[in-house]
Parts: sequence; structure tokens; C-alpha cells
Amino acid sequence: MSTPQQTEPAAAQSAAEDAIDLRREYEESGVAAILDELDRDLIGLKPVKKRIREIAALLLVERARKQLGLAHETLTLHMSFTGNPGTGKTTVALRMADLLHRLGYVRRGQLVTVTRDDLVGQYIGHTAPKTKEVLKKAIGGVLFIDEAYYLYRPENERDYGQEAIEILLQVMENQREDLVVILAGYADRMERFFTSNPGFRSRIAHHVEFPDYADPELVGIAEQMLERQNYRLSESGREALTRYIGRRRQQPHFANGRSIRNALDRSRMRQANRLFERGGTLSSEELSTIEAEDILASRVFTMQVAGSEDET
Amino acid sequence: MRMTQGTFSFLPDLSDAQIAAQVQYCLDQGWAVSIEFTDDPHPRNTYWEMWENPMFDVADAKAVIDELAKAREAVGDRYIRLSGFDASHGWESIRLSFIVNRPADEPGLHITRENGPGRTIRYTTRAYAADRPAGRRYA
Ligand SMILES: Nc1ncnc2c1ncn2[C@@H]1O[C@H](COP(=O)(O)OP(=O)(O)OP(=O)(O)O)[C@@H](O)[C@H]1O
Ligand SMILES: [Mg+2]
Repeated sequence: MSTPQQTEPAAAQSAAEDAIDLRREYEESGVAAILDELDRDLIGLKPVKKRIREIAALLLVERARKQLGLAHETLTLHMSFTGNPGTGKTTVALRMADLLHRLGYVRRGQLVTVTRDDLVGQYIGHTAPKTKEVLKKAIGGVLFIDEAYYLYRPENERDYGQEAIEILLQVMENQREDLVVILAGYADRMERFFTSNPGFRSRIAHHVEFPDYADPELVGIAEQMLERQNYRLSESGREALTRYIGRRRQQPHFANGRSIRNALDRSRMRQANRLFERGGTLSSEELSTIEAEDILASRVFTMQVAGSEDET
Repeated sequence: MRMTQGTFSFLPDLSDAQIAAQVQYCLDQGWAVSIEFTDDPHPRNTYWEMWENPMFDVADAKAVIDELAKAREAVGDRYIRLSGFDASHGWESIRLSFIVNRPADEPGLHITRENGPGRTIRYTTRAYAADRPAGRRYA
């Protein structure tokens, strides 16, 4: 730290003790870097990015208030991430764990991802130890419960899920300084889950909604995935992919980013086969270009559009 | 008579914060921490009772400290120790082990001298507490 004027050290001192430079905290805590990376690495997701910036601002200010002795309570940071499959919930949860760690809201910052099977047992007395073991692993970090609504099975009144729910509710209330819980799942089912388990709703501070991607965003995601593996789309390849996305979306089990990743894996296999059958010497350009035909060979172009009879 | 077994046992008892710091060191090394207890402090009694399973894949010492609190509640009248197990190839053994809880009163060990032929003496030690049935030794 530099003291600007030697003549009035006392004034500078008291000002420093009683003030916090948020901008500097933002840079030095590494939060700025995380948010910039989030902006750069994740395509689209505008509302999610905005929401995370808001949460980051809250965390920074709360931390500053704590340093100045203005805040004493532990913030409730449990969240819910709702959105369709492949919209980036798991990806964002990882960054969130990192963010919370940099700001000191969790001590280690690990992300422990679980589903019902990891928490709920098969017989009486099996559930509590299972849930508690998972919680032990998540202490100091973030517990991410994917498809949380499967914990609650109203049709079976003796379902062991209820036991896991009760332990979770207790920990979410009493150990807020030890771990952050993120519940994730599809929007409509989560809504029903919260309605029948108001305890969860009241313990969750931030609801983050993940929208479906628009076609150009999915193309962007595809190009980014390919670039990381040193592939690229030819001009006609990009056009073909756009058409592919339009059709794939109409079909069942469409999973946004994940469908794209799977489609690219298959098109790489077709490209490999095409090059192999052609034989001869290959340039690095040829080895790394996905052509239209690698995409157009997909079943999607011959299958009927959803709404028709044979759609599985 | 204060029993001295494992690391740190010639030091004053560790505080909870000091225990947590040691546990965090174990976790940061990738060792699995386990809790064990006994009411037979004989030095050759190496196999103590396990308190729950060893804790694999735990990141933060608080998880272990919470479990230790539960163990103290149930068997706090006995000896409790923490061990850090290194599963990595070539080690596959305990790297650190220390006592974190002792009975309020430690009567210690009795030594018996047995005269043998030709003035030889055989020594044997026995914990005074072991005279009473297991589970009621330090109650
Ligand atoms: N905005 C994005 N930018 C780049 N890649 C993305 C984006 N969103 C998702 N992906 C990619 O899509 C794939 C699926 O994302 P992710 O696993 O995070 O989705 P999810 O919402 O957790 O899905 P599910 O609900 O099925 O678990 C990943 O490979 C991820 O890298
Ligand atoms: Mg996921």
C-alpha cells in the first residue's frame, strides 16, 4: 500500500480502516476473472449471467460489510437451477462453487454432484447414513442435487426419500456456513416439488432459470466445442448444422448443448470414415474439417418430425 | 499415568482447532481419516474399535470434527484416536495417528515381574482398567 502524503498519516489511516474499495476487492478476489471467463466460455445464457453477476455483487458487498463489522449473520446461499436438459446447469454450478470459494463463502470449493440414488437407501435404516456420508463429502463446498424432485415420491407414503429430505432441510438451516446446496431440475417438476415441500422453497435464496438456446447459439456452442478439439466446420457444414438443429429440436429427447455434443461426436466418426474410404494422403486442413455430408447423413434428416406416430 | 501413544502424546492435549488443523493436513495430502476408540490402552493393543467407516473423499476438516463430536458423546469416557490412511501405491498404510480424547482418570499400567529359572525375570504389563469388563472400565 502506498501512502500518498507523509504529512497526514492519521487521516489516511482512519479512512483506510473505515472504507473498502469494492472495485479492488472485485479484481483481487478473483471474482472478476471468474465472471469474465463465464462470459467468454458460455455462449448465450444472458439471464443466467446477469443473475450470477447480481449474486456476486451481493456476496462482495456482504463480505465488505462483514469486514467493517456491519454484518454478522451467515447469508443463506442455497440455490435452485431450473431449465431443460443440456442448458448448462452443471457447467454453471462448477463455476458457482469456484466463485463462492474465492469469496470465502465456502472453505474448499469442491462440487459434489448427486442424484436420488446417492442419498436414498434401499431398506429401513439405510437412508440416513447414506445421506450423511454425502453431506460429509460436501462440507466445505457445494452439494449439487440433480433432478431433486425424485427425492419426493408422494405416490408411496413409505418412501425413504422423505428421510433424506428431512436431513437435508435440517442441514440447510443449521449448517449454512458449512455448505451450499444447489437443487437442479426441469422447471415444471421443480415447481411442483417446491409446492409439496415448502421447507425447501423457504430455504432457497436464489432461483436461477436456464432458458433453452436459440438456433444460432447452438451453432456457436458447436463451433466452440469443435475449436477446442481442433476441428472446424466448412461453410456448407455450418449451413447443414443449422438445418440439423432446426430438425433435431422437433424430435423427442432434445437436450440442447448435450444433443449438440453428441451430434458432433457422430459427425466426427462419419468424417473419419469418409477420409478412410477415400484413402490417399491427407492435409491437416482435411483432417480437421467437418463437411456438410458428415452432418447430412444423420438420421434426423430422414426421421419424421415430432407429433407423428413413431417418435421414439 | 498419562498414556503416551501415537504422535503428539508427549504434548498437552490438542485443542479442537489444533485437531482440525492436523485433520485438514491429512485431507490435503489425500489421506482418509478414521476415528477409533478403546478402553484397553495396552500398548500392544493396536486394533481399536472403529467409529463408523473411514472417511474417504472428504474435503473439509469440519466433517471429521463433527463426527468426532458424536464419538465423544457416545464413548467420551474412553480413548479416541484419529488416523490418516494413505492409500497411494507403495504406502498403503497409516501415516499419522494421534489421541484426541482420554478418560478423565488414567490409572495406567501395572508391571508384573515373574521370576524364572536362573534368576531371569519376565516382565508383563497390564492396564489396571482392564480388570473391569469392557465398556465399564472408565465409567
Ligand atoms: N452456454 C454454453 N456454452 C458452451 N457450452 C455449453 C453451454 N451450455 C451447455 N454447454 C455444453 O453442453 C453440455 C451439457 O451441459 P450441462 O451438462 O451443463 O447441462 P445440464 O443443464 O446440467 O443438463 P442436465 O439437466 O441434462 O444435467 C456440456 O458439454 C456443456 O459444455
Ligand atoms: Mg447436469
